[in-house]
Amino acid sequence: MDKTYNNKAWLLVIPVFLLVALSAIIPIMTVVNYSVQDTFGGNKFFWVGTEWFTDVLRSERFHDALGRNLLFSFIILCIEIPLGILIALSMPKKGIWVPICLVLMALPLLIPWNVVGTIWQIFGRADIGLLGHTMAALGIDYNYSSNVFDAWATIIIMDVWHWTSLVVLLCYAGLVSIPEAYYQAARIDGASKWSVFRYIQLPKMQGVLIIAFLLRFMDSFMIYTEPFVLTGGGPGNSTTFLSIDLVKQAIGQFDLGPAAAMSLVYQLIVLLVCYVFFTVMSNVGTDKPEVEE
Amino acid sequence: MDLSWMAWTGPTALFWLGIVSCLVIMMVWEYFSPGGNPRVGILRFETTRGDRLFISLLGSAFIHLAWLGFIGPGLWWALGISFVYAIGVFKTV
Repeated sequence: MDKTYNNKAWLLVIPVFLLVALSAIIPIMTVVNYSVQDTFGGNKFFWVGTEWFTDVLRSERFHDALGRNLLFSFIILCIEIPLGILIALSMPKKGIWVPICLVLMALPLLIPWNVVGTIWQIFGRADIGLLGHTMAALGIDYNYSSNVFDAWATIIIMDVWHWTSLVVLLCYAGLVSIPEAYYQAARIDGASKWSVFRYIQLPKMQGVLIIAFLLRFMDSFMIYTEPFVLTGGGPGNSTTFLSIDLVKQAIGQFDLGPAAAMSLVYQLIVLLVCYVFFTVMSNVGTDKPEVEE
Repeated sequence: MDLSWMAWTGPTALFWLGIVSCLVIMMVWEYFSPGGNPRVGILRFETTRGDRLFISLLGSAFIHLAWLGFIGPGLWWALGISFVYAIGVFKTV
């Protein structure tokens, strides 16, 4: 059957295009323009060429923040993805407990970022916080504002608490969409629980896992509010991630040029990593023919 | 319309004009040869012309950054390498 091509449908894309132009394309054009200039305020700009890019790429401060960001994203992905799958697998598939579990899972996602930071800031304090007080009572010297390890541990646990639910809900949606016939076939073949997971559930969850992985990577790589509220980037610079550093430079110091150059490098890294993840994960297990032409 | 708040410069305007030209060329190409020419190349996954343009632009950005980071200003060589890279991507990926 011949396909009908109707290019008038493209007109429907115009509103989205305008929205993206206003919210993304024009701002990014401005950032590119800023990144090759210097300003002393008053909308007066001076051409500096690629100087800010060279500075950013050779700056130890940028390398350190990037390293911390990559480490943070790696750790939380290693925890949240397997934990999310595990919780989704243990959740009931029918009955009264389904809505209860779903609501409980959705609760942390509904809390704004700055409130999450404040909750954990108070929670971790030794004088009034349950966690800090309990740690002190157990004789553990815990202080997220002065100890680097404690600060990192608190931020990681806070992120896991806040965002694992997203992975759980996505995986759960993938799991409940698997037709019962697959499980019946597996039972007839005498498949083990591991085999069911490996050959039925995991492949069927692949699509949602890609989304979960990308969302969690992008979110964790761009994390700002929670660590900013909890530790303010400290102790020292130990939890100063790229976004915190960027805000310090752009708004704190009003160095628009270097901040623009840094944000472009930052964006390119996010774009590259997401593209690689997306391509690799969406091609896993698909058999493609040999090179054509 | 006053666009001075966007702090335009000649080189950045040329840069954006280059990106827009790439997109226009792709649209014209698609008009004369519809379907996006999907194929499996050396990266072993299916790519269309749009994918190949994206890989070329992203790779070129990193070539320029690497040049600035390791060698320094003066990006004409990086631009030349990027062109060669883009041709390679369009021919083999």
